[in-house]
Amino acid sequence: MLSQRAMNSFVGLFVLTAILGLIILAFKVSGLTSFLKPAGYDISAAFEDIGSLKVRSPVKIGGVVVGEVSTIKLDPTSFKAVVIMHIDSHYRDIPDDSSISILTAGLLGDNYLAINPMYNQTYLKNGSEIQDTHPAMILEKLIGQLIYKLSNPAAPNTATASTTKTSETNNANHE
Amino acid sequence: MLNQVEALGRWGIDSLEQLGRAGVLLGRVVLRVPNLRKGFPLTMQQVYAEGVLSLLIIIVSGLFIGMVVALQGYHTLAKFGAAQQLGPLVALSVTRELGPVVTALLFAGRAGSAITAEIGLMKATEQLSSMEMMAVDPLHRVVSPRLWGGFISMPMLTIVFNVVAIYGAYLIGVKWLGLNSGAFWANMQTSVDFHLDVLNGIIKSIVFGLVVIWISVSQGYEAEPTSAGIAKATTNTVVYSSLAILGLDFVLTAMMIGGW
Repeated sequence: MLSQRAMNSFVGLFVLTAILGLIILAFKVSGLTSFLKPAGYDISAAFEDIGSLKVRSPVKIGGVVVGEVSTIKLDPTSFKAVVIMHIDSHYRDIPDDSSISILTAGLLGDNYLAINPMYNQTYLKNGSEIQDTHPAMILEKLIGQLIYKLSNPAAPNTATASTTKTSETNNANHE
Repeated sequence: MLNQVEALGRWGIDSLEQLGRAGVLLGRVVLRVPNLRKGFPLTMQQVYAEGVLSLLIIIVSGLFIGMVVALQGYHTLAKFGAAQQLGPLVALSVTRELGPVVTALLFAGRAGSAITAEIGLMKATEQLSSMEMMAVDPLHRVVSPRLWGGFISMPMLTIVFNVVAIYGAYLIGVKWLGLNSGAFWANMQTSVDFHLDVLNGIIKSIVFGLVVIWISVSQGYEAEPTSAGIAKATTNTVVYSSLAILGLDFVLTAMMIGGW
């Protein structure tokens, strides 16, 4: 049987291990950053459709993460989705005429925001809004459009395709 | 036929009475004003006996469970070309399910059965009655420190298990199977949410800890004071605890996914 003092120290060590473990779980495993938000500024953008964009989705420029989505809400009058994102303070000089689009990582991956920088000499700052937005590409809508075009020969694309085909057959007949 | 119906009824009433006595026991332990000066050292002794001494089995099984999940997960994910998602797979299954459940099962086997046997033997050798004779309340002196000790130890053991299991997965995934270390952690961090996954797992472990320790203490306290009675009570502790853990896990998961 250990002395009470030794026992208390072992218990203290145990509690310390558990607290250390919780810190590892918080920061290394779940990447908890909401307590210590990195210094930066907030910008917003309004989209027609954000697809499956989520809070904490990354914001990228040229594939490099420069910030993350902090809030997503619906504008009650225009019914556009307003996305507020937090940009790291390292990236101060993003031109304010840049465009922003919602892209998908891989075919079935998560959505992320991509800022496409332009050439203005005035820069985005805290509270500014990006005007040029491109909504998310929804796979179902694209497939729907494709099927509509395939099943509807009057659509312009298919029409030109069929004319070229007929001209080809004509050529073959001549030869 | 009639005898069987009668036996069934008696069994039902007995179980209900047992549950009621266990509830009264829990109430009497939890609702009393704790005597900090006397109770604290006793509780520390129990945290040592139930928590610190369980660390070894928790760490070893955590390591191997993490390694096995990583190995199995890798081969399944590799079929779909998604081996990069090994980190999230392991971290989510460990923090949400395996961590709390396996820790609670091990805790029931390692600490719960010991407590039942200890209290049961104290009762069989009339130590509890002699304490009462000396005007020492056995609930205060024996039951309460064990209950609080287990209640405190369980979540901490779960945290240690989670960390060790994820590290075991890291050893297998990154060091052995050659995944990219950065992708392993980064993918994990994007899919694991602190509140939804980590904290809910710890809430589960707190509930499991309370249930396991309650079952062990009450089984020991209500044990028949014979050697066969103690054996039965110890078996009951492990069986009831395991069933309660698995059943409650389903209920808690359903509640957590339902977003209460």
